[in-house]
Amino acid sequence: MAALGTETITVDLASGSVRALNAELHDPSAKLYEVRNPAGAHAVAAGIDRGITVDVRGHVGYYAAGMNDGGIVTIHGNAGTGVAENMMSGTVRVTGDVSQSAGATAHGGLLVIGGSASMRCGISMKGVDIVVGGSVGPMSAFMAQAGRMVVCGDAGDGLGDSIYEARLYVRGTVGALGADCVEKEVRDEHRSELAELLAAAGLEHDVAQFRRYGSARRLYHFHSEQAGAY
Amino acid sequence: MAPTKEGLSPMCGIVGLHLRDPGLYPQLGRLMVSMLDGVAERGPDSAGVAVYGDTRRVPEGHAAVSVLLPPDADTGGLDAVVTRAGDTTVVAAPTGLDELVARVTTAFPTALVVGTGHDLAVYKGTGHPGALAATYDLAGASGWQALAHTRMATESAVTPEGCHPFSVGPDQCLVHNGSFSNHATIRRELEHAGVRFDSENDSEVGARYVASRLAQGEDLEKALLALREVFDGFYTLLVTSAEGFAVVRDPIACKPAIVAETDAWVAMASEFRGLTGLPGIESARLYEPEPGRVYAWQR
Repeated sequence: MAALGTETITVDLASGSVRALNAELHDPSAKLYEVRNPAGAHAVAAGIDRGITVDVRGHVGYYAAGMNDGGIVTIHGNAGTGVAENMMSGTVRVTGDVSQSAGATAHGGLLVIGGSASMRCGISMKGVDIVVGGSVGPMSAFMAQAGRMVVCGDAGDGLGDSIYEARLYVRGTVGALGADCVEKEVRDEHRSELAELLAAAGLEHDVAQFRRYGSARRLYHFHSEQAGAY
Repeated sequence: MAPTKEGLSPMCGIVGLHLRDPGLYPQLGRLMVSMLDGVAERGPDSAGVAVYGDTRRVPEGHAAVSVLLPPDADTGGLDAVVTRAGDTTVVAAPTGLDELVARVTTAFPTALVVGTGHDLAVYKGTGHPGALAATYDLAGASGWQALAHTRMATESAVTPEGCHPFSVGPDQCLVHNGSFSNHATIRRELEHAGVRFDSENDSEVGARYVASRLAQGEDLEKALLALREVFDGFYTLLVTSAEGFAVVRDPIACKPAIVAETDAWVAMASEFRGLTGLPGIESARLYEPEPGRVYAWQR
């Protein structure tokens, strides 16, 4: 593979298509990209599979940076539904707010949301780290299986409903907890990973202000005393 | 039209614009064309539009009736300002609204009335929203408020009758993305109370329900708070009246909605693409309506 150019390539979506942009990002000729005028387009910078850096200037639509695997994508604006959905590795940052299902099913990498996320943030997360500078909406971390979520603001109702093994940290208030989600003790190892996650996200908060939530493990273990019900 | 069960896929689009700055009134239609274009991909099969305050179609002091007429219908005997716009005809006359409705329905007994009021023109048609905007001459419209719906049909025929908005009370409109699950029960209750329906559509039940509450003297906010308690299902609703503009999403909020506000206007769209053409969008306050909360703006 030829060495990638060090000059920034600028793509203007006012004149170019998302399809052409993504084709370039999937077979890149440079390490650095800047995308202008996304105007709410869907699937901007989706499917990156190597360590290139992409700065998107403006608001994007659905599934921005979806399936990211190694890319460093920053959206300087808001993002619609499913930003960084199914991310495998890399970093996706959004300076503004995001719509629902941010980081859905993501297996790895870091998703940083500078503003707030609406409903179902981290739904079915499978190993991603999500750090939200603001608040998350209802039903966040629904069926979360692995990974960490840090919320510097508040969390809406139903946090962690049917959660498996993800760890959730919330600094503000939490609405009604979801089924099988409970508050848990914050031990040294948790304070340590929380500090690392905040540092990685570039946020400064006192880790002592956060509470930890996780699975009570009552829902996904089969109890033999319930066998008669089946 | 049966309920459209669109699940989470991006089907059907809603846009609405409520102008606060009268200086923008002459541009209402042009702004709506850009909004409609932004959600055309969500609903390329058909589109309906409602415009408030377009004096080309509804001159001051006139009542107006929007009606679906065949192209060969002879409107010469109506003694009114008549605008033909594809499947839709807007009839306006300086008379009482009930009198004008009677005049139109007497002349065309089988035609479907799709909108009535003193300030309102409603357009419905099938085809691509961009082409329909031209058919309706939307770009030339002025006014203070408008809304539109683009439809991707999933369970029923693509017809003008199946288009939103549903306008079932004077100067009232409702557009709906989603499906109501208990609409048959509510329909029966409304029918017992004497309300008549034009279709089997679940969204019409929502519109009739809101109209019945407004007729009891409630404002849009109160009517939608009541709707939220009674209706079950998926919905993002945009409801307009002669007084204003209101948005509500169901408590699960699967159906998308984004609101933008500036000092000059309030706009709502299914997604950000519907808002990109608005003046000052770069600095607008953008937010998603919270589930189950009613947002209302008065004129």
